[in-house]
Amino acid sequence: METPRDTSAPPSDPQPSKGSQSAAPNLAGSSPQRGGSSLSDSGRTGRRGDAIFKFASSGSGVALLVIMAAIAAFLTVRAVSAISADHGNFLTTSDWQTQADPITFGIAAIALGTLISAVVAMVIAVPVALGIALFISHYAPRRIAQALGYVVDLLAAVPSIVFGLWGALFLVPHMIGVNAWLNQYFGWTYIFHQNEPGTQPRSLFTVGIVLAIMILPIITAVSREIFLQVPRAHEEAALALGATRWEMIRTAVIPFGRSGIISASMLGLGRALGETMAVATVLSPSYVINLHILDPAGSTIAQTIANQFGESQGTGRDALIAAGLVLFVITLLVNGAARLIIARRKEYSGADA
Amino acid sequence: MKLQRNGRTKALAIGALAVVSSLTLAACGSDNNSNSSASSSPAAGGSSAAASSIACSGASGQLLGAGSTAQANAVTQWVKDFQAACSGVTVNYQATGSGAGITSFQSGKVAFAGSDAAMKPADVAKTEGTACKSGGKGINIPMIGGPIAIGYNLPGVSNLVLDAPTLAQIFTGKIAKWDDAAIKKLNPTATLPSLPIQTFHRSDGSGTTANFTAYLAAAAPTDYTLQPNKLWAAKGGQAANGSAGLAAQVKQVQGSISYFELSYATQQNITTAQIATGASAPVAVSTDAASKAIADAKVTGTAPDLTLDLTSAYTTKADGAYPIDLVTYEIACDKGNAPATLPTLKAFLNYISSTQGQTSVASLGYFPLPASLQAQVKTTINGLS
Repeated sequence: METPRDTSAPPSDPQPSKGSQSAAPNLAGSSPQRGGSSLSDSGRTGRRGDAIFKFASSGSGVALLVIMAAIAAFLTVRAVSAISADHGNFLTTSDWQTQADPITFGIAAIALGTLISAVVAMVIAVPVALGIALFISHYAPRRIAQALGYVVDLLAAVPSIVFGLWGALFLVPHMIGVNAWLNQYFGWTYIFHQNEPGTQPRSLFTVGIVLAIMILPIITAVSREIFLQVPRAHEEAALALGATRWEMIRTAVIPFGRSGIISASMLGLGRALGETMAVATVLSPSYVINLHILDPAGSTIAQTIANQFGESQGTGRDALIAAGLVLFVITLLVNGAARLIIARRKEYSGADA
Repeated sequence: MKLQRNGRTKALAIGALAVVSSLTLAACGSDNNSNSSASSSPAAGGSSAAASSIACSGASGQLLGAGSTAQANAVTQWVKDFQAACSGVTVNYQATGSGAGITSFQSGKVAFAGSDAAMKPADVAKTEGTACKSGGKGINIPMIGGPIAIGYNLPGVSNLVLDAPTLAQIFTGKIAKWDDAAIKKLNPTATLPSLPIQTFHRSDGSGTTANFTAYLAAAAPTDYTLQPNKLWAAKGGQAANGSAGLAAQVKQVQGSISYFELSYATQQNITTAQIATGASAPVAVSTDAASKAIADAKVTGTAPDLTLDLTSAYTTKADGAYPIDLVTYEIACDKGNAPATLPTLKAFLNYISSTQGQTSVASLGYFPLPASLQAQVKTTINGLS
C-alpha cells in the first residue's frame, strides 16, 4: 500500500484530465479538456459523463440500501414468527432448545458470549495493533516498515477456519498452563475463576485470543494509514517545541488519529462479533450464563447459527434467524456508537470531513 | 481535510474488503463444516460392486439428494458403484444435515432426502402438493443402520462396562468421578482412577445425538428424564462440533467419554465401552451386534411408510445384541415423484436396498437391515410412482 501523503490535488487546482469525467461533479465544467476545445463543448460532454457517473454512484448507494433493507425485512419477518412460538422470554432466556416441546429459546447467553469474546479480543488486539501501527508509521526504518506492513496485510487474508484449527489444535493445549496460572493468582477477580480446573481451555477467553489475532490486521492497517496522514507540520512543530518522539506521538499523532483509531477498532469489533468458524472450532459451547471466562462454556450468536443450521427446520431455523437479527442490531448499535464518538471529535481532528 | 478524506476512503475500502472476505470465508467455512464428517473418514474401502448386477432400468440424467451426514459415507460408496454401473447417470448427494435435507426435499429441490430420524407428521404435511404432486406425500424408507459407540479415554482401563442408567447419570452429571460406586459395581475387577469424568456431546444438531438420547430415555427412563432431541439438552459437560470433533477430544483428554458412530472409534483406535443390557454378558459394539438388536424393531408407519420404532432395540436383552443404534432413512414421495427422475430414483433406491448394496458399506461401519424389513423396503420402492 503506497503512502497516502501524495494525495490528490486540492479541488481548486485546474488539473487537465484526459477523459471527460471528473471526480467532483461541480468541477466538470471548469476543467479545460482536450487542449483547445471550447468551454461550452467540454461542458456538454462533461454533463453526459456527469450523468453517467452520478447514475452509477447513486445507483450503487441505493442498491446497498435496498439490500440492507431487504436483509432486515427478511430477518424481521422470520424472527417474529419464531419469537411468537417461543415459550420462554426471548431476551432473558439463556437456554436454546428449539427442537424440544415446548420450544424454549432466548438470546441471553449467546448475546452475552458474543460480547464477552469480542471484548476480550478488543482488549488484547487494540493496544497491540496501535503499537504495530505506530512502529510502522513512526519508528521502523522504511524498508522494514514496508515489509512489516505487507506481512500484517497478509494476516488478514488467512481464512478464518485456519485460525480456528490453529486455535483448536495448537492454542488450546498450550493454554492449559496459562489458565491454571490465571486461576491461581487472579481467581479472586471472579472472571478468571475456574469452576473445574484442568478442563480443556476451549473457552471464551481462548476464543477471544484467536479473535484478537484475526482482527489485528484490520485495526493495524487502518490506523497505520491514519498515522501516516498526520500533517508533517504538526509533527515538526511538536519536535521544534522540544518534544521527544514519544511526546510528539502523544501530542500530535494520537489526537489527530483518534477518530481513525476508533473507526479501525469498530471495523475489528464488527469482525469479532460476527466471526463464526473460528469460534465454532475452538469453543465448547453451552447455553448457560457463565462469567468465568476460563470455563469451557458460553456460546456466541454466529457460532450457534453455524452449529445448528444444518439440523434445524421450521421454528428452529427461524429462531436462528432471530438470533441473526439480534447480531445485526448489536452491530448496528456498535457502529452507531462509533459514529457518535467520531462526530463529537470531528471538529478537533478534522476527520469525517 | 483532503488528506483525511482520502484516508477514510482507504479505511472504508479496507473495511469493505475485510467484510467481503470474511463473508466469503464464512461461506467456505460452513460448507466445509457440513461436509466434515463426509470427508473426514475415507469413503474408500467398500467393496467395489460387480457392476453388471446393478439394474439400471431406465435410469438416466441427474438425481439429486441431500440430507444426513451420518449416512454420507454409505451414500458416497453407493453413488460410486451405481454410477460405475449405469453410464450417463449422476447422483449428487449433499450431506447438509437431515433438517436441511428435509427442507430441500419439501421445496422440491431434491428427489430424495436422507434423514437420521423419521419425518414428523407436520413435515410430511409440508411435502403434499409441493414436492409430491397428485396427492402423494413424503414417506420414510429405512435404509441402513449404524451402531453408536461409547468411546472413552481412561488409561489402564480397557474393558469398561456401562449400562443405560449409569450412562444417563454420567451424561447428566450425576456421576462425576470415574471411581463412582455405580461404575465400580459394573467393573469389579478394574482399577478405576479417581479422575473427574469429562463428558463430551455434539455442539451441532445431530441425528446421532437424537438416537443416543432416545436410547437413554428408553432404557433409563428414571435417570434420563429429558426428551430425545437432536440438540443436546442436558446441562453440563463439554461440546465439540461433529463426530470427528468428539472423537478428537476423547483422544486428547484423559477421563473423557463421548458417543459417536463406530467408524470414528475404529479409525482413531478409541477404546469403546461394553454395554450391560441384562443379557448374559455385556455386549461390545459391532455392526453384527447392532444388527441383532435391530432385528425385531417394529414398523410403526402405515404402508408404504416404513417408520421404525427402535424402542425394542434400545431395551433389548438378547445375547450379543448392542442396544445403541441408529437407522437412517431415505425420504421420497409415495406418489407424484418428479416424472423425469422417477426411474433413476427407483433404480438407485433398489440398488442401495439390495443385499449387494447393503453389504457393500459394511466395512464403513454400517450394518444391513434385517431380511424381513429389506423385503418390505423393496415392496415400497417398487410401488413409488
